[in-house]
Amino acid sequence: MALSEPLDTTADKRKASEAVLELQDVSVLYSGKAAVKKVSCTIWRNRITSIIGPSGCGKSTLLRSLNRMNDFVDGVTIEGQILFAGQNLYGSAVDPVEVRRRIGMVFQKPNPFPKSIFNNISWGPSINGYSGSMDELVERSLSQAALWEEVKDRLHESALNLSGGQQQRLCIARALAMEPQVLLMDEPCSALDPISTAHIEDLLFELQSRYTIVIVTHNMQQAARVSDYTAFMEMGNLVEFGETDQIFTRPEKKRTEEYVTGRFG
Amino acid sequence: MNELTHTPGLSFSIHKGVTRWGEIAIKGWLGICTAISLITTVSIVVVLLVESFDFFRAVSPLDFFFGTRWVPLLKPSSYGVLPLVWGTIQITVGAAVIAIPLGLASAIYLSEYANDRVRTWVKPALELLAGIPTVVYGYFALTFVTPMLHKVIADIQVFNALSAAIVVGIMILPTIATLSDNALRAVPVSLRQAAYAVGATSYEVTTSIVVPAGLSGVMASFLLAISRAIGETMAVSLAAGQTPNLSLSMLGSIETMTAYIVQISLGDTPSGSIAYQTLFAVAALLFFITLMINVISQWILGRFREVYD
Repeated sequence: MALSEPLDTTADKRKASEAVLELQDVSVLYSGKAAVKKVSCTIWRNRITSIIGPSGCGKSTLLRSLNRMNDFVDGVTIEGQILFAGQNLYGSAVDPVEVRRRIGMVFQKPNPFPKSIFNNISWGPSINGYSGSMDELVERSLSQAALWEEVKDRLHESALNLSGGQQQRLCIARALAMEPQVLLMDEPCSALDPISTAHIEDLLFELQSRYTIVIVTHNMQQAARVSDYTAFMEMGNLVEFGETDQIFTRPEKKRTEEYVTGRFG
Repeated sequence: MNELTHTPGLSFSIHKGVTRWGEIAIKGWLGICTAISLITTVSIVVVLLVESFDFFRAVSPLDFFFGTRWVPLLKPSSYGVLPLVWGTIQITVGAAVIAIPLGLASAIYLSEYANDRVRTWVKPALELLAGIPTVVYGYFALTFVTPMLHKVIADIQVFNALSAAIVVGIMILPTIATLSDNALRAVPVSLRQAAYAVGATSYEVTTSIVVPAGLSGVMASFLLAISRAIGETMAVSLAAGQTPNLSLSMLGSIETMTAYIVQISLGDTPSGSIAYQTLFAVAALLFFITLMINVISQWILGRFREVYD
């Protein structure tokens, strides 16, 4: 952040950034039952946006609708519009495979492929026709995920031999290798110990300058530490969305204040 | 422990030493039930080995295992088992060539593409194939498959290996389809999601992630189906005939090991004769082959199983 910033930092950041994803009255329904209700907000380029809220508030569901991972759930319908670089993600001309190539995802539990470390990274790019040097791409992705030093001598061993924290960083590296425009993270630290969690949070700061990240977390400290913007959801509704500092220090809604101060959730 | 002794009812029964006769009786009965199948298996093996031993005193094992003529009932007799083994191989390989691609494709369709509604109908229907008596398959081969083949291949015989291989292939298809489907569906959903999230198509997810991850179960289903094909008797006896034949062609009559055993068992070969003892030698060989396949499939299951938590 520049030192000579005007007071209204929100406006300044928005000026410096551009919208990558625009959600307009987005509802997600499972067999007619709304899990996410009319959510509208904007995800800004090269910023970290966190989605917080109590269990079952629809935050993961919302996240999964951003790269069409909900397509695999039977009976799911999406209402409203999600614009990605100005195009409706759910438009009839949109190829969901292409959407997922551009909007990567890291899941709650580490889920490496039962392949070697190298092939975990290279599989996605190779099926999508990557033509550059695969060795370089693998090294770059693993370095970005702060895993290279730990695994460079055993790239061809099975990824399943790595520890949980290493597996999760491998999954992040796997997503980064696709050079996604947006990286979605669904509670990426919930299955990890505190040291691995700290590793991943450090990593998020590193990635922030180059990637647009949306992270779902039930850990409010994590949201406060890592994100620029925070969305607070409850029972499918987006209660409040704003700059993280504002959400945590001067929330506009009573409910937000109660949640971030730990009075429920 | 204090709480325990204070609990009324427990405090006085703990040291009472009640003998639960019902419990002992049940345990004994269950043990006997388990022992019956063990005893049966062991007795079969013993009988096979003892009778085969008698046979090998009269016929050199070299002639048996490497001889190319199987004429046990007529003079001059010859006890080369290779034509029977070859017949079994023809049927088994032919059936596998049909059943493995079809079975695996059905399994992939059921686990990766079909929705729940389709699966709940299709899977029981497939399993129904496995419930049809094998003698029905034999007549199906003789009265339907062979006439159909005759229209395409003019010089096919009434009894031929090809139609037998085809029906045995159909017979073992459900084994492969349902067991492979189970193996593929045991692959965690999170792996599929990971693959979709890097921009893979359903086909890529299936071929590069799901099938390799479920490979141990898929391979085991192949081997189980193959050992069924090796042991298949009725359909093969009916459709392929009883002519030991060491030839590459599948258009003529052959005889498998199992078909030979049926032929001798039902015939009037005097017990105790060498011809009669061939029965046990062939059966022992058959048992050994299927045992080996089971051992290999167990090994594959253990060796290639990926452990997910």
